[in-house]
Amino acid sequence: MMAVESDKVTADVVEVSEFPHIAQRYRIYAVPKVVIDETLEFEGARPEEAFIAAVESVAGGPAEEGGSSRGDDGR
Amino acid sequence: MPILSNADREYLSQVFAERLVDPVKIRLYTQKLTQLNIPGYECMTCRETNELMEELASLSDKIELETLDFLQVRQQAVREGITEIPAIVLEGKNKGKVRFIGVPAGYEFATLIEDMIDVSRGTTKLQPLSREILGKLARPVHIQVFVTPT
Repeated sequence: MMAVESDKVTADVVEVSEFPHIAQRYRIYAVPKVVIDETLEFEGARPEEAFIAAVESVAGGPAEEGGSSRGDDGR
Repeated sequence: MPILSNADREYLSQVFAERLVDPVKIRLYTQKLTQLNIPGYECMTCRETNELMEELASLSDKIELETLDFLQVRQQAVREGITEIPAIVLEGKNKGKVRFIGVPAGYEFATLIEDMIDVSRGTTKLQPLSREILGKLARPVHIQVFVTPT
């Protein structure tokens, strides 16, 4: 849904059981797993607000220029 | 034998008739069935995905299906960020890019249908604050959601 609303968002739904190399690359041990810009990841469903906050922490909003507030899952 | 049951086809036809507003294009990067298999390039789920997308496209005049052979249009695919097949790219009134990699089976089939409707309408059920935040994103962002069919 986020990619429908923003031209900045590319959203992929990846059926990972077909692509073992992707599962290995992203260390998929449980689904759903979300990876945002290769920098922030989390497993399991999250409420809309938390998901949006995670995206904002990576892609930056006007109040957080530079994406300085990576979430707890950030690496 | 069709993948979708008669009951599913009837239900989806009704859903599309009621909820699709503007046309939706499904661009499917796949392996066409007529070509010779090249060792190392076999696509295990392309046949199923091809059939499923053809069946979906037959359920509404507002759904257009463009089927592309991945190996023949590889440069275009790479430009679009597609490196695995089957891959589905939805085009309509969406502002960003909406893609499904692998066969959209199980729970993800319902996600595909909902996304087709959103793309057709250019709106989602996201809260106004979420839309506002997304509209102010400063940089491009790539969200990958990894799932399995079950």
